[in-house]
Amino acid sequence: MNRYFSWRRFWAVLTKEFVQMRRDRLTFAMMVGIPILQLILFGFAINADPKALPTAVLAADNSEFARSFVRAMENSGYFRVVRHIADTRAGERALAIGEAQFVVTIPEGFARKLVRGERPVLLLEADASDPAATSNALAALLTLNQTAFRHDLRGSLAHLQNQLPPFEVRVHRRYNPEGITQYNIVPGLIGTILTMTMVMMTSLAMTRERERGTMENLLATPVRPIEVMTGKIVPYIVVGYVQVSIILAAAWALFGVPMVGSLVLLSLALIVFIASNLAVGFTFSTLAKNQLQAMQMAFFFFLPSILLSGFMFPFRGMPQWAQWLGEVLPLTHFLRILRGILLKGNGPAEIMPNMWPIGLFLLVAAAIALIRYRETLD
Amino acid sequence: MSDAVIDVSGLTKIFGDRKVVDDVAMRVERGQICGFLGPNGSGKTTTIRMLCGLLRPDGGQGTCLGFDILREAPEIKRRVGYMTQRFSLYEDLSIRENLDFIARVYGVRERRRAVNATLEQLGLARRGGQLAGQLSGGWKQRLALAACMLHEPRLLLLDEPTAGVDPKARREFWEQIHELAARGITILVSTHYMDEAERCHELAYIAYGKLLITGTAREVVVHSKLTTWTVTGNDLFALAAELRSQPGVEMVVPFGNTLHVSGADAQLLAQTLAPYRERAGLDWQRGKPGLEDVFIKMMDYAPDNFES
Repeated sequence: MNRYFSWRRFWAVLTKEFVQMRRDRLTFAMMVGIPILQLILFGFAINADPKALPTAVLAADNSEFARSFVRAMENSGYFRVVRHIADTRAGERALAIGEAQFVVTIPEGFARKLVRGERPVLLLEADASDPAATSNALAALLTLNQTAFRHDLRGSLAHLQNQLPPFEVRVHRRYNPEGITQYNIVPGLIGTILTMTMVMMTSLAMTRERERGTMENLLATPVRPIEVMTGKIVPYIVVGYVQVSIILAAAWALFGVPMVGSLVLLSLALIVFIASNLAVGFTFSTLAKNQLQAMQMAFFFFLPSILLSGFMFPFRGMPQWAQWLGEVLPLTHFLRILRGILLKGNGPAEIMPNMWPIGLFLLVAAAIALIRYRETLD
Repeated sequence: MSDAVIDVSGLTKIFGDRKVVDDVAMRVERGQICGFLGPNGSGKTTTIRMLCGLLRPDGGQGTCLGFDILREAPEIKRRVGYMTQRFSLYEDLSIRENLDFIARVYGVRERRRAVNATLEQLGLARRGGQLAGQLSGGWKQRLALAACMLHEPRLLLLDEPTAGVDPKARREFWEQIHELAARGITILVSTHYMDEAERCHELAYIAYGKLLITGTAREVVVHSKLTTWTVTGNDLFALAAELRSQPGVEMVVPFGNTLHVSGADAQLLAQTLAPYRERAGLDWQRGKPGLEDVFIKMMDYAPDNFES
């Protein structure tokens, strides 16, 4: 055999490596699963050009022109009328809870003014907290007033076509008028960083005991499961709050992110969100055999969380199935709560629709964790 | 009122479709040191874990310190000192922090004093701040024993406490065990070392999940009805090969420069060996069978339910 490089020795190491790879099912699943998961998520689910965005219409003028305009909006593909509302307060709320991305207000006497050539004003309010989600739609809208009434302005009204545009669309970018991306990303980071650290830390906390052999000693003592679980979780809640404080301080000092809403409300919502992540981590730690597996599970949870929650890409740009998946994840709802409180100044009533799904998730995850945790070594 | 600290019968544990512990009955009186012996994977650890409430038996009943092992596991956990086979204190905590944690979990009164006293006893008073992970094997074992003694248990369950520990530390360890027993503490200790087995008041031998024999070391040897001859001389390896196929010879085991030849039928064995005793260069002695001879024989004859 060669002193410096022997094929036989090399081959021995190589085959051993393959055998071990095959034994470690989860790692193997990761190696195959991660590319597939990424491919599907990036390839199919993610779309930086979201279409069919939910739009609410407040039509004080129910003329043919108003209807044509709304139809033209829908034909552009970017807008989908989800409801007709009666007053501005309803529009305000639809934007706040995220039910609608846009609210179109067609003022009274729109048709009359149009016919007289007075260039009436249409109001379009956009939830611009995520600039990426709305920019293309707004760009498309600007070309609409050129074409919307091509069919209506005929005969005696044909002259209105020449003094284009016959009306004005005034766009209000709500919550983030300058379209600053950081306003959207930085609050989102709070949720993302929490998901990553909380799930990972707790999933390691229990598996570390098992891997190092200290679990047996711990179980042999009179300590009860609920004492172990809470004793291990509370330190990380504290860690979570420290993290949030750091990010919030940086968001305020470095990026000037507005904080319109109540920080008290935010920290209350935070408890539920952190707890739900810790429960997931705890469940992983009861399933994983060692710390590596726990890390892998945490990663499997983190990847869809970051991609499907609306953190990196507009939620409404995703196909329906991906949105359903996203709705299951606590991060999706927490991001809406966070952005809602910080940018929109939402109160308890507005965050409720996103609060209960996190609560439900927490209950299910905690139940699984407690069922899986054994006081014995069985 | 019996004085049995451990009193169980029919103890059974099934993992998957394997009976790891099969119908084990055990009785240990107060202040006794019971040696728990058996080959690897024979069910020693599983039995100990069932006794201290770490595993739920699939069958059987009994008491530990007077508490029902099926229904009162929390009570037992509070009163038993269990030393795991592997070092199971926190390597990234200091010696003092480990003791503090254990004392807290067990609700030891006057914790600070108890921890200080333990450190003093261990001779680690000045090294209390050292990380437990940095201790040598012998010190880890001493620390682990001290930790499971902190709450002053009446029963100690020690799972191979001396594995990988040097002879001097082992001897000191056993002196301590006898001291504890003299104070009325009951000890169940599993081991692979025969010299340790002989230091126990009584023995229990388990193989393939079945309890094969209990009794004092002498009783075990007598009960086996084994006769052993020892032989020293030249070319023992060839002699051993030759003897193995002879009638009445059940075991031929080399011990350094001597060979132990054993069989249950003393007469037949003597007959078989008679021509060999005439051979030049061989020195034959009628010896006493050791515990090891007895146990190896029992192991060979025990039904191996791992293969079936």
